[in-house]
Amino acid sequence: MVTVNFKINDCEMTAEAGTSILEAAKASGIEVPHYCYHPGLSTAGNCRMCLVKVDKMGKPVTSCNTPVTEGMVVCTDSPEVKKMQASIMEFLLINHPLDCPTCDQAGECRLQDYYMKFDRIPSRFTEEKVHKDKMVDLGAGVMLDEERCIVCTRCVRFCAEVAKEPELHVQNRGDHSMVATFPGKEMHNPYAGCTVDVCPVGALTSKDFRYKKRVWFLQSAPSICPGCSRGCNIEIHHADEKVFRLKPRHNPDVNHYWMCDAGRFAYKSLNENRCTKAQWRKKDGGWQVGSNKEAVAEAKALLASYAPGEVAFVASALESNEAIDAFVSHALNIAGVARVYYSLNAPQNPFSDKILITADKNPNRAHIKKLDLLPLSELASSVKVLIVQRDLSESDLGFVRKKGLKVAVLFATNQTACDDVAEVILPVPTYAEQDGHFTNVDGRVQPFFAALSPAGEAVQIHTHLAALVAR
Amino acid sequence: MTKVLTNRFGLKDSHTLPVYESTGGYVAVKKIFSMQPAEVITEVVKSGLRGRGGAGFPAGTKWGYIPKDSPKPKYLCINADESEPGTFKDRYLLELDPHQLIEGIIITCFAIGSNCCYIYCRGEFDLATKRIGAAVAEAYAKGYLGKGIFGKGYNLDVTVHRGAGAYICGEETALLESLEGKRGHPRIKPPFPALVGLFGCPTVINNVETISAVPFILGQGADSYRKWGTEKSPGTKLFSVSGHVKKPGVYEVPLGYPLKDFLLNECGGISGTGRLKAVIPGGSSVPILTAEEAWSANLDYESLAAKGTMLGSGGVIVMDDSVDMAWALKNLSLFYSHESCGQCTPCREGTGWINKILQRFYREGGTPEDLGLLNEICDNMVGKTICVLADALAMPVRSYLQKFPEDFARHFRKA
Repeated sequence: MVTVNFKINDCEMTAEAGTSILEAAKASGIEVPHYCYHPGLSTAGNCRMCLVKVDKMGKPVTSCNTPVTEGMVVCTDSPEVKKMQASIMEFLLINHPLDCPTCDQAGECRLQDYYMKFDRIPSRFTEEKVHKDKMVDLGAGVMLDEERCIVCTRCVRFCAEVAKEPELHVQNRGDHSMVATFPGKEMHNPYAGCTVDVCPVGALTSKDFRYKKRVWFLQSAPSICPGCSRGCNIEIHHADEKVFRLKPRHNPDVNHYWMCDAGRFAYKSLNENRCTKAQWRKKDGGWQVGSNKEAVAEAKALLASYAPGEVAFVASALESNEAIDAFVSHALNIAGVARVYYSLNAPQNPFSDKILITADKNPNRAHIKKLDLLPLSELASSVKVLIVQRDLSESDLGFVRKKGLKVAVLFATNQTACDDVAEVILPVPTYAEQDGHFTNVDGRVQPFFAALSPAGEAVQIHTHLAALVAR
Repeated sequence: MTKVLTNRFGLKDSHTLPVYESTGGYVAVKKIFSMQPAEVITEVVKSGLRGRGGAGFPAGTKWGYIPKDSPKPKYLCINADESEPGTFKDRYLLELDPHQLIEGIIITCFAIGSNCCYIYCRGEFDLATKRIGAAVAEAYAKGYLGKGIFGKGYNLDVTVHRGAGAYICGEETALLESLEGKRGHPRIKPPFPALVGLFGCPTVINNVETISAVPFILGQGADSYRKWGTEKSPGTKLFSVSGHVKKPGVYEVPLGYPLKDFLLNECGGISGTGRLKAVIPGGSSVPILTAEEAWSANLDYESLAAKGTMLGSGGVIVMDDSVDMAWALKNLSLFYSHESCGQCTPCREGTGWINKILQRFYREGGTPEDLGLLNEICDNMVGKTICVLADALAMPVRSYLQKFPEDFARHFRKA
């Protein structure tokens, strides 16, 4: 690795040869404002916001695509550079609609942020602004407001370079330029939601999130998406004990800056169709809802009529390392079974690609593998009744029905098809309501942290299990 | 005087191969096969031939930038996207003497080691495209293009490609993007096309008029070319003259020729009111000259640069004193704002803003503050963009405001 020595704003610095001025400045805590540059995409150099002055270079240069060289002297905060920054802001704002009061980007908008930091000069544009279409449905849940767009082309480059489906392009010329799909087409790539993430202004917004919450009310918890075994790092944005949206979190070794739409919009299951109270079967087959204590008592009574060899424990690849360990440890050491089984989420024809999405739709099969558990299909013939950690797969559910097995206790976060064969359902927290770890497809153990407190009466599985065996 | 470029203008069927060959064509090209490519480049460097598209960069020097040891194929692109307002010389070269260009292409490709040339022709040029296309076909049929040209072991393919109506595609890197099937957006430079050009390969892009001079230089020698012109601006140039002159048209004159003589002799004198007010010497992208400045100007690169303008493409637009400069400037601003590719912020928004101000200023009147704002917008555009289209509007705007303040003051609204 060749390092070069250079100066930014009279500070001596070093960096690896080839580093851009912008990144070198960032590493030393100097912010160079920019719109079109994104570390996960190719460099476009078209917004011109990152222009800086370099000694011996007559014209200002774009710091995003100019590498630092030995002895380079850079200035990012002279009056000349500040004037350039303010002038680019002025140019960007002359046709930009004053939508802030109704625009979702407010609070996380680079035009707002940079105006406050690098401009603050009142407008002197008194002509008619360029008018364009303000509600273009691009498909895949992405809405485009053409007037707000600053034609930075981040979204165009994202679709072409990361999603590998060049579904967006720039149409027309000059200040009538607009981002569009090809005529008659819609976006359908599985990562389309990321275009909303990369858009630095409110041009691209999520149809799902629009008008729901002002972003300054949202809090963020770092987490891991449980949608497949990739384990994309995410942020859970929440308020009022509800999850409003998920965003990808940068991890250069796992998901870079991205996540897929399936994972992104699965947040709804954190809010909807939840199992938050314990319930058990009445004699007529209907459900009785009650306290955890009452439900546990029902379960104890049910299990008492079975011999130890007739009861099996089924762990789940949907749960955290800690929850699986607690469940398996209880089964082996407290209940005293010889082998523990497992089930998982196994939809038909699962989609996968070479980008992020794996065919294994479980966040933690790697941990299950480590513990040498048996698939449910290999269930010992003596077993008559199951204690199940989470939802059974479709085929495992069919197996249970075919063998006429009872699910004495089902631990659940949401209402699922499994409920039909369960006798007692006990609520457990979702991944958003607890701390823990998932082990991804590469064996990487990744932590996730609680955003919310457990909903309703949900408690950790080990608490339920302890109650189950307590006298 | 024997000219370099326009010798066949006026001959019947001058665009055909038989007429070209019967008047001395395809003779110079045969010399190169007993020369080294480097020798050809040296001759062109000696001649001092400068790019005739507008920038005036020494052609031979540009050819020398092509890396000789690169394993990549080399390309020659002929910029026939003539779109600079006031310029119509390349069109005549293509319509009336296309074989001269083809002979120049063959020599140039040999010099830079290229076996493939694209002629990027302005989409609106119907007759010109037909004529150059037909000439290329004639050359192939005669074995002057294709495999083993002139019976030698050199292969050369020439393809005529039509543009689709964008002035910006005359910018060399936007031209390359367009040739590659993409939107005509200028590229960030460096890297320059000589290293990373068409399809990422070393490429020379030259104007039609530049390459059309190459057969003369190889045929008669660099010294013959230098018989005309000045030390730093050797040779001859085509000037496209329009506006208030009695004889508008395309003229070939030696560089250094006084503009006054040109307007009064070749161009027949000022028409209209007969009183000269202003001259644009090199296409609408260069600063304008007052009549006083024009009467003392010489038509070469250095003299015009010394007067704060440029020789540019040699598009001479002559205006008499009936022309309102506020009207003329708003015509220009409409053009540039319409043609901006839209890639970078200062040009995309700045050209649009300048145009809106000038249209409104002319239509409804304005204030001195409008003019101050125009100058500031120009300052915020120049030097901040990916290509010089922004400068091509900003520099003229500054010159009109500075040199013709009365024309704008006439539009100030009464308080």
